[in-house]
Amino acid sequence: MEIIQTHNLTKKFDKLTAVDNVSFSVKEGEIFGFLGPNGAGKTTTIKMLTTLLNPTGGSAEVAGYNIIKQRDMVRQNIGVVFQEPALDIELTGQENLEYHARMYGLSKNKRENRIKDVLQLVDLENKKKVFVKNYSGGMKRRLEIARGLMHYPKVLFLDEPTLGLDSQTRRAIWSNIKKMNKEEGTTIFLTTHYMEEADFLCDRVGIIDYGKILTIDSTLNLKNSVGNDVITLSSADNKKLIEKLEKEPWIKNIKQYDSFITLGVEKGEEKIPVIIEIGQKQNIRIKSISVRKPTLDDVFLHFTGRTIRDQENNNHMNNILPQRFIRRRR
Amino acid sequence: MIKAELQAIYVMWLRQMKRFVRSKSRIIASIVQPLFFLVILGGGFSTAQLPGVETNYIYYIAPGIIAMAILFSSMFTGVSVLWDKQFGFMQEVLVAPISRFSIVIGRTLGGATTALIQGFIILFIAIAMGTPITGALGLVLTLVFMILIAFTAVGFGLILASRMNDFQGFQIIMNLIIFPLFFLSSAIFPIGSNPNLPDIIIKISYINPLFYMVDGLRGSLTGANYLVDPMINLGIVLIICVIMLTLGSFMFSKSEA
Repeated sequence: MEIIQTHNLTKKFDKLTAVDNVSFSVKEGEIFGFLGPNGAGKTTTIKMLTTLLNPTGGSAEVAGYNIIKQRDMVRQNIGVVFQEPALDIELTGQENLEYHARMYGLSKNKRENRIKDVLQLVDLENKKKVFVKNYSGGMKRRLEIARGLMHYPKVLFLDEPTLGLDSQTRRAIWSNIKKMNKEEGTTIFLTTHYMEEADFLCDRVGIIDYGKILTIDSTLNLKNSVGNDVITLSSADNKKLIEKLEKEPWIKNIKQYDSFITLGVEKGEEKIPVIIEIGQKQNIRIKSISVRKPTLDDVFLHFTGRTIRDQENNNHMNNILPQRFIRRRR
Repeated sequence: MIKAELQAIYVMWLRQMKRFVRSKSRIIASIVQPLFFLVILGGGFSTAQLPGVETNYIYYIAPGIIAMAILFSSMFTGVSVLWDKQFGFMQEVLVAPISRFSIVIGRTLGGATTALIQGFIILFIAIAMGTPITGALGLVLTLVFMILIAFTAVGFGLILASRMNDFQGFQIIMNLIIFPLFFLSSAIFPIGSNPNLPDIIIKISYINPLFYMVDGLRGSLTGANYLVDPMINLGIVLIICVIMLTLGSFMFSKSEA
């Protein structure tokens, strides 16, 4: 059963189209991830699905309710963990949870039991009486996840759940997310720009860039679409080499980037000598060559033509250079 | 459904009360500052002769200082919505299945309650210092004025908060609008009966909403030094209060997180 379904969802801010005719669905019980660089439209999509922003076009249903006409029913059935912390730091962890539960209409009995459960889930039982201002970044994030779960939501939205956290804390939060998905059957919709995160957590991933969804599939299929192995190489004359390589039937796909070429192949380690041989015949010197298993980074590269890091540098340049000095890549 | 909305109002109120009780420095500051005005300024001028002041100056300034304490405190709680916006807590409230109206009511009640607590403390101190009381009815009327001042100021704070995005703007508004209005309200010295002030300033003071609040409070509490009948003041302040609250909650409910 589909628990989230969008139909040509669109959001325009003045001239900028943040989300552009996005249609996708999320199945009940799965962990679904939106993967894309900063500014791709991930947060805007979440804000629309959680009724904080009105779409300028299209529509969507969450837990069976329309996000425009049945806002209150949508709100009752979702939990949200925002990108920026949304806790009251002057209150204790327990008070934050209790106030949340009251706003969602939980009775006193249910409240107390539920607070115990969710605190246990995120390992914060012995910190519940501490003021949130004395929490670490990771503890705050865990408390927010616990709060998002307080009212038994059908869908939990997590916007960049591990942004700015150290790798140990990140691991802990990942296991929290996996645990609640498994134990409570909560559907999870998350956004991230960390490849490992999408890879580790998500059943299915949608790759989003410039407000458009480029592809949606399981992480396994996405990786397979690039090839079982990825060979990265650079040579003295990449262009000429590609002309030759394109004639080889065992190469699934070829992509040329600024200074390197990637090839999707089967049994990569056996193909390295073959490629070197082809190069030598043409008198093209191969400068470097390596083979590895594909990552979601390769998938992103495959679909967008650049790595997420490139994109972020590019965004950064956009911010510091006047508009007329910038030539858009696409 | 109604039960959930009541819970929401209660939560918004309770949250502000807890924060208030816990911030000891805020409580002390909010009481000490008006106390300085009352004791030092009032004490220093207590035997001074001012046109329009028929009693000891302390008894003239006491209602003005009570109004000031309530005014500034409740305006601050109205504007503190900005904090919630900046620290993201507003989003948590806005995605909850409760109406914006309940959020506004809860916040307004919370802000007004904390401001009134401070107002009452000043009131008790003023009475302890010998400020004369007109009687039981006068005290009830004083109470009504205090409540109306609190709600009006929270409403005004909400209007500011929904128009602004940071605290710099709040500082500018405080200095450019609130302080002049406060000085023109006859809270610290009489304006309407003062021959030394230019006519235009006296005229402006009569279109100043704060004037009617302070004058009403003065008339109902001490029964001296006032210019307008307290009941007429009451009517004017009530209208201002309704306008401010309506506008404040309307603008708040329109603002996005």
